[in-house]
Amino acid sequence: MRHLLSIEDLDRAAIEGIVDRATHFAQIADRPIKKLPSLRGRLVINLFYEASTRTRSSFELAAKRLSADVMNLVATGSSVEKGESLRDTVATLSAYGPDAIVIRSPHAGAPGLVAGWTNAAVVNAGDGKHQHPTQALLDCYTLTSRLGSLEGVNIWIVGDVLHSRVARSCIQAFLVLGAHVTVAGPPTLVPDEFAALGVTVRHGLEELREADVVYALRMQLERMGSVDVPSLREYTAHFQINARRLGPRQLLMHPGPVNRGIELSGEVIDSASALITSQVAAGVVVRMAVLYDVLAGAPTQTGAPDTISAALEPQTA
Amino acid sequence: MSALVIAPRPPAELLLRGAHVLDPATGIDGPHDVLVRDGEIAALGSPGSLDAPAGAQTVEAEGKHLFPAFVDPHVHLRTPGQEHKEDLETGTRAAAAGGYCAVVAMPNTDPVIDQPLLLGGLVSIAQRDARVAVGFMGAISVGLHGEQLTEMSELREAGALGFTDDGRPVVSAGLLRQALARQRSCGGVLALHEEDPALSGAGVMHEGRVSVELGLAGIPSISESTMIARDALIADHERGRVHFQHLSARRSVEALAAARERGIRVSGEVSPHHLLCTEDDVRALDTSFKMNPPLRTEDDRMALIAGLADGTIECVATDHAPHARDEKNVPFEQAPMGTTGLECSFAVLYTELVLPGLIALEVLLERMTAGARLLDLDVPAIAVGRSANLCLIDLAAQWRIGEAGYESRSANCCFAGREVNGRTLLTVASGAVAYRERAFALSAA
Repeated sequence: MRHLLSIEDLDRAAIEGIVDRATHFAQIADRPIKKLPSLRGRLVINLFYEASTRTRSSFELAAKRLSADVMNLVATGSSVEKGESLRDTVATLSAYGPDAIVIRSPHAGAPGLVAGWTNAAVVNAGDGKHQHPTQALLDCYTLTSRLGSLEGVNIWIVGDVLHSRVARSCIQAFLVLGAHVTVAGPPTLVPDEFAALGVTVRHGLEELREADVVYALRMQLERMGSVDVPSLREYTAHFQINARRLGPRQLLMHPGPVNRGIELSGEVIDSASALITSQVAAGVVVRMAVLYDVLAGAPTQTGAPDTISAALEPQTA
Repeated sequence: MSALVIAPRPPAELLLRGAHVLDPATGIDGPHDVLVRDGEIAALGSPGSLDAPAGAQTVEAEGKHLFPAFVDPHVHLRTPGQEHKEDLETGTRAAAAGGYCAVVAMPNTDPVIDQPLLLGGLVSIAQRDARVAVGFMGAISVGLHGEQLTEMSELREAGALGFTDDGRPVVSAGLLRQALARQRSCGGVLALHEEDPALSGAGVMHEGRVSVELGLAGIPSISESTMIARDALIADHERGRVHFQHLSARRSVEALAAARERGIRVSGEVSPHHLLCTEDDVRALDTSFKMNPPLRTEDDRMALIAGLADGTIECVATDHAPHARDEKNVPFEQAPMGTTGLECSFAVLYTELVLPGLIALEVLLERMTAGARLLDLDVPAIAVGRSANLCLIDLAAQWRIGEAGYESRSANCCFAGREVNGRTLLTVASGAVAYRERAFALSAA
């Protein structure tokens, strides 16, 4: 894998390969020394044009666990604020010879453009409302760890599907792994056009009990009171996942951060059904697997190729 | 006064030998010798019947086609204020390379052409730089803000062919009504960019299957069609004449047809990109495919082709919209709207509509000149005594769009890379040679 821009670029074998490698890395995470030498001497730049806590920090930790050097750049306080174009910023950063650029952008397709402007491997950490492939991969890892396989599993994605890059990537990834996917929410947030992606579209939660997994999306608070969602009260009355709607055998997921009391009630967040903290933990090992995948096989930008064989050996420092 | 402006050039003295002349206006269809003297068509004869007079250049044109040169009622030449994208010289050079003898420039420049003095200045620049004839539209509202009408009569006297706020809709029905009332005294068509901002919002592409898939904000078809229906009724009420620009949707074509059936004085244009591209072309997020109105569905495209073929839509307009490379080389949502089109419009339409049999060549030629009639200009014709407005095209020649660069200052062409048939060899505009393909020789007699 040269870049990770979209789940669309991955087939079933590629997704399963990343999940398998993440499983290996998870075993190492239980050891006293959690660091691997695989990407020693490699430079990973995190270029974030949007606020992010868990994605950015988990990419940083993933790179460090693989012994890469990491630089973090956020839009505020950088030349971006002074009006530098994306292309010029990438040209500047590329002069440092990064091996990978992890980019989050408010604009769809920005990672693909960056891939055309740099020799580094590019990993999409979220672009507009378009794609968030590492989130979908960590969700596949989380579910595979729990269920063994996604084959035939019924997954409901509930909430603001229209404005969600997580939903778009998850739909594609879950379908590739053989799951049945339903998207549910008010018609303004779940247009019928989603059916063309191969999912079932529902505008109510009456049938939610048929779901094996309920994946609630974060409701953007700024949308409340807009044409999309007339009121918070109306939304929660119809679409909040709470103990009344969620059965004890159904698994609950959420990409975070959660709006407690809006898309999820407090009691389901803290219930045994919730996989939310497992998803966060999965973020590090899956992002390790992705960085490993795009970098370990590739020639370094600055030196000789690493040997892949040593990659899974724990560092004995 | 003539409303079209062109830089003075020596009148053509040409003998085109044996070209297949095809002119839907006169009905000529067959090989002829065509003699141009002092910029006018002086004689038409059977092949080999005419001799080149002293001083005339001979063009061996056997196997090539000679058409009336094209007229584009909708281009953006970017002067004044945005000459880094295009100017009157490069824009009209691109037009000549595409076989056009006349183009009509939109007023959404910087500053907007909303005052007679600005238009006067633009006319002076065109008299120096325009390689093909250029007509200018004045703005309907001051600054295109949609609030206050421009001095339409004064703009007409300064040379405005008509009025448009192109790039933006006239949102206020009241303002449009006033403009139509003024039209009764000052004349000039009102060309309307139809879009309801309350429906198009922050959209960057057609609202539908692909926008949902990509997560991009959409512009629904009803943003255009509802405004066409509304404005046709306002034009009817005011007994005015309106022209609908760059139609993009099936329902818009239907609204245009319904208005005409009721006797309302309406006309419409369609661009090559809406005839040949769809929302699926946006999937790769190539900003060359970002335009307003957006590329819509295959069903819309089929309705536009049918509308052009049956005459519901009178003419082809490129909406040639040059943008600098740096402006388009950004994420899709940030890129400006528009594609260039003057240099390849005939070739792409010939290749993708005429060759597969979707539209007859004579019909395409008629639609590529009919924009003149809508603006009260003479439609170019190949007839003795008429000013020479001709394009000589090698229909068999294949080329790849963009392979040798562009005459335009900008390269944001959504057709780049397409293999097409039909290469312009020579364009004569207002009686003077405006373009000659580099490898194509004119020999002195």
